[in-house]
Amino acid sequence: WESFLPSQVLVQPVQLICLYAPAYHLILEGILILWIIRLLFSKTYKLQERSDLTPKEKEELIEEWQPEPLVPPVPKDHPALNYNVVSGPPTHIITVNGKECINFASFNFLGLLDNEKVKSAAQASLKKYGVGTCGPRGFYGTFDVHLELEERLAKFMRTEEAIIYSYGFATIASAIPAYSKRGDIVFVDEAACFAIQKGLQASRSNIKLFKHNDMADLERLLKEQETEDQKNPRKARVTRRFIVVEGLYMNTGDVCPLPELIKLKYKYKVRIFLEESLSFGVLGEHGRGITEHFGINIDDIDLISANMENSLASIGGFCCGRSFIIDHQRLSGQGYCFSASLPPLLAAAAIEALNIMEDNPDIFQTLRAKCERIHELLQGISGLKVVGESFSPALHLQLEESCGSRENDVKLLKRVVDYCMNSGIALTQARYLEKEEKCLPPPRTRTGQICIELDCCLGFLFPQIIRMSVLHYSDFTLDIQVLPLMALKPDWVTGLFQYGTNAVRGRMLNFGTGE
Amino acid sequence: MLVAVLTYVGYGVLTLFGYLRDFMRQWKIEKCQNATEREEQKDFVPLYQDFENFYNRNLYMRIRDSWNRPICSVPGAKVDMMERVSHDYNWTFTYTGRVIKDIINMGSYNYLGFAQKAGTCQEAAAKVLSQYGAGVCSTRQEMGNLDKHEELEKLVARFLGVESAMAYGMGFATNSMNIPALVGKGCLILSDELNHASLVLGARLSGATIRIFKHNNMQSLEKLLKDAIVHGQPRTRRPWKKILILVEGIYSMEGSIVRLPEVIALKKKYKSYLYLDEAHSIGALGPSGRGVVEYFGLSPEDVDVMMGTFTKSFGAAGGYIGGKKELIDYLRTYSHSAVYATSLSPPVVEQIITSMKCIMGEDGTNVGKARVQQLAENTRYFRRRLKEMGFIIYGNEDSPVVPLMLYMPAKIGAFGREMLKRNIGVVVVGFPATPIIESRARFCLSAAHTKEMLDTALKEINEVGDLLQLKYSRHRLVPLLDRPFDETTYEETED
Repeated sequence: WESFLPSQVLVQPVQLICLYAPAYHLILEGILILWIIRLLFSKTYKLQERSDLTPKEKEELIEEWQPEPLVPPVPKDHPALNYNVVSGPPTHIITVNGKECINFASFNFLGLLDNEKVKSAAQASLKKYGVGTCGPRGFYGTFDVHLELEERLAKFMRTEEAIIYSYGFATIASAIPAYSKRGDIVFVDEAACFAIQKGLQASRSNIKLFKHNDMADLERLLKEQETEDQKNPRKARVTRRFIVVEGLYMNTGDVCPLPELIKLKYKYKVRIFLEESLSFGVLGEHGRGITEHFGINIDDIDLISANMENSLASIGGFCCGRSFIIDHQRLSGQGYCFSASLPPLLAAAAIEALNIMEDNPDIFQTLRAKCERIHELLQGISGLKVVGESFSPALHLQLEESCGSRENDVKLLKRVVDYCMNSGIALTQARYLEKEEKCLPPPRTRTGQICIELDCCLGFLFPQIIRMSVLHYSDFTLDIQVLPLMALKPDWVTGLFQYGTNAVRGRMLNFGTGE
Repeated sequence: MLVAVLTYVGYGVLTLFGYLRDFMRQWKIEKCQNATEREEQKDFVPLYQDFENFYNRNLYMRIRDSWNRPICSVPGAKVDMMERVSHDYNWTFTYTGRVIKDIINMGSYNYLGFAQKAGTCQEAAAKVLSQYGAGVCSTRQEMGNLDKHEELEKLVARFLGVESAMAYGMGFATNSMNIPALVGKGCLILSDELNHASLVLGARLSGATIRIFKHNNMQSLEKLLKDAIVHGQPRTRRPWKKILILVEGIYSMEGSIVRLPEVIALKKKYKSYLYLDEAHSIGALGPSGRGVVEYFGLSPEDVDVMMGTFTKSFGAAGGYIGGKKELIDYLRTYSHSAVYATSLSPPVVEQIITSMKCIMGEDGTNVGKARVQQLAENTRYFRRRLKEMGFIIYGNEDSPVVPLMLYMPAKIGAFGREMLKRNIGVVVVGFPATPIIESRARFCLSAAHTKEMLDTALKEINEVGDLLQLKYSRHRLVPLLDRPFDETTYEETED
């Protein structure tokens, strides 16, 4: 055993290797070992930028750096800088900048803004709960009024569940990122409103725009996506797909073709999110929105989102749908979890407004009739075209031919709006953030209709005044058949509705302007 | 150390059980009480990934009754809660119809006690409600700018000591819609680790580069500033257009106050801009309630953008931004909220105006000042007593937000339920609002809490702390003697 010295145990195998292994093998291994030793002993270096600068040079750089000013200066005559000041309640007769006008600019479609029942319900709630809720929904901010409103909305829309947000803009902007994450695909209409655009941006998903209301374009995109999926089926199995459309588009005033969308949904297995801010309380026999208008089963739509700031004349928004979908937002809707809940008086006002909507389903017919009448009356104004469906309560008036640049268009429309305001009609220019919108609509004025207080003859006055303003301020040659109305001076108009609507009707018929 | 280990063990056990239950549900041994997908849509891509909801199904569902507790009275110092029971382990709740009355409310953000159902604020709001209605139905730039809004903005500017201010309908939206208007691509945002979700969302929506510095750590912030200016943008090396530092006045989950003098010194040295979110600190700090800037005795002109909310100290809703006139003019034209979102509701505006005038003392009484002082006293007393009892409390001595550490997941549910049995409503928070092993209970003090209420609460907290073994602190404070200081009294010492 003494012969088994440790050296022999070590040396023998090495000797064997050296004898039997080919020479190049040994040489390569030797080089590898030397390289490893070199790497082990060389200095490490960071992969990020190596700073070869001395501290003095760094100080100099810091001294030299000049940031831009926090905000660029805004010219004093920027049109958006000077707001119109409304004194008093913004109802159908509104006092803008000290002048009384008929209000065609607020989205008070059902006229519930100064309804006495709504106000008294809000007063009762104010006496019981105070104004604010002092907390988010998770931490003692859930009041029984909120739960009641959610139940009522779910029942009204005939869905399983509803969830309330305290701000209309935040509703759709929080709902979309709760479901659609990075890597998912969203097909959205070009004319989608800004809140949807922000929701999509926050979700970091892939966004594919399709032409406004163009189902062929959407189908083309869906087919392309299908071929992509076949290349990578594993990824396709986990990529969620959504279509986001609006019921009644804010930017164009027309409806989306919902039946075709449902067909596409089942064919290509995409989920539909419907944004019904303008169509809730407007379309449909009972005001349930575009699903009732087209007679579609509401369970076919995955999520309906709307805000309560238009027809319900309150503040806030809601989403409704099946519990499977809505419940998820209670933990992952950012505007729901991280923000204070809706003040109870506004929730009570919304409940009362819902009561009125349910008890008087004929107001929707009245609204529709008035919308169609106004639409008809506004046709034929040379120089301006009406953009929007006949039953849409929010219309746009756009210049038929542009004056050259967007700025000039905006200036001309501003003069039209100013003239109308001086004549007693409150209009507004539709405002857009020019640099932020994906597809910027052309300049136009927007009108929002009011239902109950708007009498036909006053509505009749409105297009005539528009005609006059265009005549005064544009360079087009217009064929105006309003010679008798040329005598209509602005102060006569304000005198008109001081006399009351019946007297006005009599006077207008006497004038015989051909309607 | 032991506590950390036990916490991890606790989460491990819960996770194991979670997997077991999921397994049983999948194999239909246990009934699945989750809402499920429609039959017609079963072959669509699943909406939620299984793992995302694992936490929700297995951990959150067990203690879900600590959150979303419905109340049915004004959220003042004492509140009435609707009783709810669950017969199937928190999957569904039923309301028994009974109301638990007079629960001491330590969870609502009611710092100055303006959540009242009677009083001058409420009367003024009622008058405005009957005159103006509840809604506005238009955006700020179109037809939604009421004279009340202009009045409010002038008042806010005077209150803060800045040139001009602008008010928005929602505090969350104020951040998420105005930060993108101020910074864009090519700018740098330096944001604190523990910033609120609204600041994070606003920073992400803006498209600027975001870098995070450690919570309240000035060395980390300085290092980031230096590196940023010296090296410029990441790959192109162009200089940054602007640098914006986002901090909060009081951090709502930590209770810590930002080191404002040091941040301002750094900001001036490196020529960057400061955005201060005073959601919790406005009205709650400072000798006259003007916020963290007054607390440190600094000038409001040093802060470029002062943002805050009206929800907490003013008992209303909404947010504001104050600063120089150029800034506010720019925001009036380019803020997303001014163009696309509705303005504040008139009765809410009136509540803010009345409560702000009360705090400033302009309504002729001393009520505002008294409230601010009461809040400060309550804060100091409460914190001192809790420390004496041996709990671990985070945060600054003067902040009315008091987080009490619980650590273990089981104690989250237990603490909430035990306190409710004793008629005290508290807020417990766990993952994901806090780091996973640092779950806590958070108390929000109010000027409406009287000393008796605080004493009752403290007594109950003491009992529950003994019951659940929550007194982790290894420091023991000798209780301060309540006599005035004289030479024979020793100062308090820590072991």
